[in-house]
Amino acid sequence: MLKTFKIGGVHPAENKFSADKAIEKLALPKSVFIPVAQHIGAPAQALVKKGDQVKVGQIIAQAGGFVSANIHSSVSGTVKKVDLATDASGYPKQGIFIDVEGDEWEDTIITDDKLIEKFDTDSKTIIDKINAAGIVGLGGATFPTHVKLMPPPGSKAEMLIINGVECEPYLTADHRLMLEKGQEILVGTRILMAALGVNKAYIGIENNKKDAIGRLKELTASESSIEIVPLKVKYPQGGEKQLIKAVTGREVPSGALPIAVGAVVSNVGTAFAVYEAVQKNKPLIERVVTVTGKSVSKPSNFMVRVGTPVNELIDAAGGLPEDTGKVISGGPMMGKAIASLDVPVTKGTSGILIMPDQDAKRKTSQNCIRCGRCVTVCPMGLEPFLLMTVSERQIWDRAESDCIMDCIECGSCSFTCPADRPLLDYIRLGKGKVGQIIRSRKK
Amino acid sequence: MTIVYTIVSLSAIGTLAAVILYFVAQKFKVYEDPRIDDVEKALPGANCGGCGFAGCRAFAESCVKASDLSDLFCPVGGNDCMTGVADILGMEAVVQTPKVAVVRCNGGCDQRPKTNQFDGASSCAVAASLYSGETGCQYGCLSHGDCVTACDFDAIHMNPETGLPEVIDDKCVACGACVDACPKNLIELRKKAPKDRKIYVSCRNEDKGGVAKKSCSVACIGCSKCFKVCPFDAITMANNLAYIDADKCKLCRKCVVECPTNAIVELNFPPRKPKTDLPPKPAAKTVEKAAAPKESATDSQTENNETK
Repeated sequence: MLKTFKIGGVHPAENKFSADKAIEKLALPKSVFIPVAQHIGAPAQALVKKGDQVKVGQIIAQAGGFVSANIHSSVSGTVKKVDLATDASGYPKQGIFIDVEGDEWEDTIITDDKLIEKFDTDSKTIIDKINAAGIVGLGGATFPTHVKLMPPPGSKAEMLIINGVECEPYLTADHRLMLEKGQEILVGTRILMAALGVNKAYIGIENNKKDAIGRLKELTASESSIEIVPLKVKYPQGGEKQLIKAVTGREVPSGALPIAVGAVVSNVGTAFAVYEAVQKNKPLIERVVTVTGKSVSKPSNFMVRVGTPVNELIDAAGGLPEDTGKVISGGPMMGKAIASLDVPVTKGTSGILIMPDQDAKRKTSQNCIRCGRCVTVCPMGLEPFLLMTVSERQIWDRAESDCIMDCIECGSCSFTCPADRPLLDYIRLGKGKVGQIIRSRKK
Repeated sequence: MTIVYTIVSLSAIGTLAAVILYFVAQKFKVYEDPRIDDVEKALPGANCGGCGFAGCRAFAESCVKASDLSDLFCPVGGNDCMTGVADILGMEAVVQTPKVAVVRCNGGCDQRPKTNQFDGASSCAVAASLYSGETGCQYGCLSHGDCVTACDFDAIHMNPETGLPEVIDDKCVACGACVDACPKNLIELRKKAPKDRKIYVSCRNEDKGGVAKKSCSVACIGCSKCFKVCPFDAITMANNLAYIDADKCKLCRKCVVECPTNAIVELNFPPRKPKTDLPPKPAAKTVEKAAAPKESATDSQTENNETK
């Protein structure tokens, strides 16, 4: 009996077309747009101006606060301008435009692929390196990693959980990374363990990635501190709280952070980025992005420089199919449709999903039939039908007392609703409003 | 005999209960100013919240408590209603100019082409929480009609041809429900002029001229021409956008003629005489030209401000 989380969850069709496609390096784009806000927290402050020459890995924007992250140039060339442009959030955001000229790297970065296992185990040194490299959670939430590694006073990390679940359908970026960069991920895991001062790490992987489980088990055969945990396939197991519940059986209390139960969760992509930052001095300038979809001629996994426009990825995957209905940044469950193909790949882009017209269209919403399926599938034990109604009617105090802030926006409720109600649309809106109210109360 | 006992005992219990209730009611009596009821009767009873209170009763209570009525106004009832309230309370009513809601976006389907399609929940608030909108203009109307849903007076409707909301001036009571409902802050309560005449900049696009013009042919490009031509200093320029102060505007219509993109709207005016009728503005030479005059315009604007 495989482990999993207890309440809720759904089983969307997996459609992992690109699971057997090795990670390819994408050709350098002609120009990039690197937004200064690619993470949760304060936007970074641009350090370059029009006409400056930059190298690959050079810092171009400084973290704008404690919860923020540095931004580095992913290409070498000339800064064209610092201006607004639309990113995957759908709104114009400040960012740096760079025209690519050659591929000249900063001298401090080690560019070869040789595995380096030894590292300095001093926690502060590691965290400083991670902070300088601008590493954020690559699972999609983009929370700055150095903040996660410094638990608030009074709480103590007991274990590290590495998230290799990749429960989103279609996406295979983490899967390929585990297969191809297993050793690097394990070194990254050990670095993170040293930074946190813990001596136990779990790597949670869903059972539909048997090859990745096998590979990592083989690599950790002689190591007792890192345990590979195969998990039953169920969405949204990649959610931080669901993963902790699945692996350890502990439940994060409402409104609390995972550190409350002694756990710190990081994505496998983050572990790999940590390895590169600490061992190779390479900042976070590229990531694996899955480009996939039912009618995409060549579903692929690309190693992409941050700032590359999405249309270059689509071209490399065989071009935009004729029956395209939507292009989604991220997976089909939590991803967001993008309004233009010029938006850049950012640190949080895990996939580009091209949905055919007939799948992409949302059905007309009908009246709630009180079937309670949304309540059954909600992994947080909430009542989505009720939260939607109170958000629609703007009864914010009721929304707050019904724990709207505990929603993880996984979309299981909207996915399962037989009346096709836009449950998550309204809950997300309510969550934003209630969040504002709570923040204004604290001031 | 049984029936007599029954009647007598029940009457005795009834009388006793009545006496107890009387004394209890006296003991726990809450004094309420009788004028509150009178004032509430004088109010329209719409409970719309346009006065800023939770309903007509709450407004009546604060009217009775207030030492003067200068901060209190019922937009639905207007000056007549407030005079009635003032009479009841023996105070003086403060006469206010009636207001009306105005939608400050003119980008209909023809002027502001769609660049993508939104198929989420049909709500402006939801759409605005997700992205900038179906057109290139991130400031413009989202056309899902949150303002129409918010209106209790049936005074605002979507025009299916333009996809923009339109206010029926006679029905609008300026309660401000639509102003709060619009996530793009497009609706403004403006002073009512005689014959419902209106002149306003029907745009809130703060992009630079070229960008604004590219996404919408009737966008304000911030060229400051209206600012220069206005004889009454009613127009201010900020963030590439002109704004007409309804208190200062004398409805002379000079700015309307001057505007190169027809972003300034005049409503309910008689048709212009042929001699003042200018030839229609050429729409072609826009995008490149739009940005150029702007910088000089901003300069002259700052100069003007300094000389003032």
